[in-house]
Amino acid sequence: MNNHSVRLRAKRKTVNILMLSLTAVATLLVIAPLLWILGYVIRQGLPAITPQFFTKLPTPVGVAGGGILNSLLGSLMTVGLGLAIAAPIGVLTGLYAATHPDAPLGVFVRFGTDVIAGVPSIVMGIFAYTLIVLPQRHFSAFSGGVVLAFIMLPIIIRTTDEMIRLVPASLREASLSLGAAEWKTTFSVILPAALNGVITGAMLAIARAAGEAAPMLFTAFGNPFLNINFNQPVATLPHTIFVYAISPYNDWHAKAWATALVLITLVLLLNVLARLIIWWRTRLLGSIRG
Amino acid sequence: MSTQTSAQKDTGKAALMMTMQLMSPIKNDANDNALLKIEVKGLNVYYGKFRALNGINLDVRENQITAIIGPSGCGKSTLLRSLNRMNDLIPICRAEGEIILDKDNLLAPGMDVVDIRRRVGMVFQRPNPFPKSIYDNVAYGPRLYGIRRKADLDGIVEKSIRQAALWDEVKDKLQQSGLSLSGGQQQRLCIARALAVEPEVILMDEPASALDPISTLKIEELMQELKQDYTIVIVTHNMQQAARVSDYTAMMMIDEQRAGRMIEYDQTNIIFTRPKDKRTEDYVTGRFG
Repeated sequence: MNNHSVRLRAKRKTVNILMLSLTAVATLLVIAPLLWILGYVIRQGLPAITPQFFTKLPTPVGVAGGGILNSLLGSLMTVGLGLAIAAPIGVLTGLYAATHPDAPLGVFVRFGTDVIAGVPSIVMGIFAYTLIVLPQRHFSAFSGGVVLAFIMLPIIIRTTDEMIRLVPASLREASLSLGAAEWKTTFSVILPAALNGVITGAMLAIARAAGEAAPMLFTAFGNPFLNINFNQPVATLPHTIFVYAISPYNDWHAKAWATALVLITLVLLLNVLARLIIWWRTRLLGSIRG
Repeated sequence: MSTQTSAQKDTGKAALMMTMQLMSPIKNDANDNALLKIEVKGLNVYYGKFRALNGINLDVRENQITAIIGPSGCGKSTLLRSLNRMNDLIPICRAEGEIILDKDNLLAPGMDVVDIRRRVGMVFQRPNPFPKSIYDNVAYGPRLYGIRRKADLDGIVEKSIRQAALWDEVKDKLQQSGLSLSGGQQQRLCIARALAVEPEVILMDEPASALDPISTLKIEELMQELKQDYTIVIVTHNMQQAARVSDYTAMMMIDEQRAGRMIEYDQTNIIFTRPKDKRTEDYVTGRFG
């Protein structure tokens, strides 16, 4: 009896240690490549990063110096336009899907969102090419922004939908019991209560869109000159990485690494900014799951 | 046979007396002359095909506290939530009969639910402040009704929080989150939020069941204060609470079809000392339920 319980305890401890080790190994397996990639990009990219890299336009092959100002601006334009289109539509659609989960349209939105999220981004690029570039007969930052909006939409809809549904029903009841109309309740109580999650979703969408190179081949196209006209082609960071990386020139390879480092850093900074906003909002308003 | 029954009755009476002594004094300031504020007549409520309430009649008197008691699932909350049409939120829920508030039938077609809910406020089982500042929580209702001037809002917010006996605890931190308060404070904030739209009736759905005894006591004391200006209907699982705070008590129970029925309704001291219905007596003495 006693012996038995001692043996059981030993077994339990062994299994416990074994399981703990397994999860630790799995975690390391996930983190290791991430750190490796980051470290490698920093090591390869950092030497080419100078102040001019951010303020100058690209130089021809063999000419020293030059930067990626055009790509920085182009990415800002396309991602910014994409967000401006996708955020309001996505948040409203997510709100609808969350508040009408059983309505036919609500079910369709959720299903459709999953389908769109599964479409390869290069197909999105061809779609926008057919829809905008062909009729207009020229590549443009505008078409690039529209593709990115399509890529961001499902992410924003999905996270908004899920975050809204996490808001306790009691908040909705409290608002309605004070005589608030349904739309008023949604916009002044439910959406603010879920806003942290919605912001996180938008950040995820931006990070994803900022890294898309394939659809840019068909839309924004790339442009070695400075352009702030939405009707003209622009270079974007991932597209520039692609162009530099497949070139046969060593200094372009170095610039590809540096551009990659800039892209990763920008996305990281954006995430930190989102965290700060969320932290500040939570401190000010409290957490609904507090 | 008959002696056995009378013996049972005697022990029943003794148990009742003992329970009475253990409980805090039963309130005895029911006022039968008070005006009728709400008159529920022949109320049937259905969830789809299922009848949840069957032929409910209830008189709620002005400036009195009416408690609704009964075992779980007997339809207390359904009845309470009919009184400000919160059941409308459940698509399959349907009500028949009459609920007369002053002269208006709340169930009449064309009644504006927003208007009803402004007149009949509600406090919920779990404190549910909005994730906004204390000030914004209370100002939410008045703002809905178009009050924008800061001086007006300031006045309403202070008055409501004072009425909810919370002012001294929060007056220096009105801009802090309502969620930073303790559970009992949060519930009083929710009461203040309901008071800010100056309702005529306040519905309370087990307002203290998620609170500790001290917070519960505060809420109960508060109810006695609020009674001066408001008509209160409270649903409670806690019989002692009903006995302590209410002037009138309605006893509900389910029938064979699982529909909630009103078993007995009277002044609270009568319900708790000389109930007419055997089931009420069994319930208030804690023999079932």
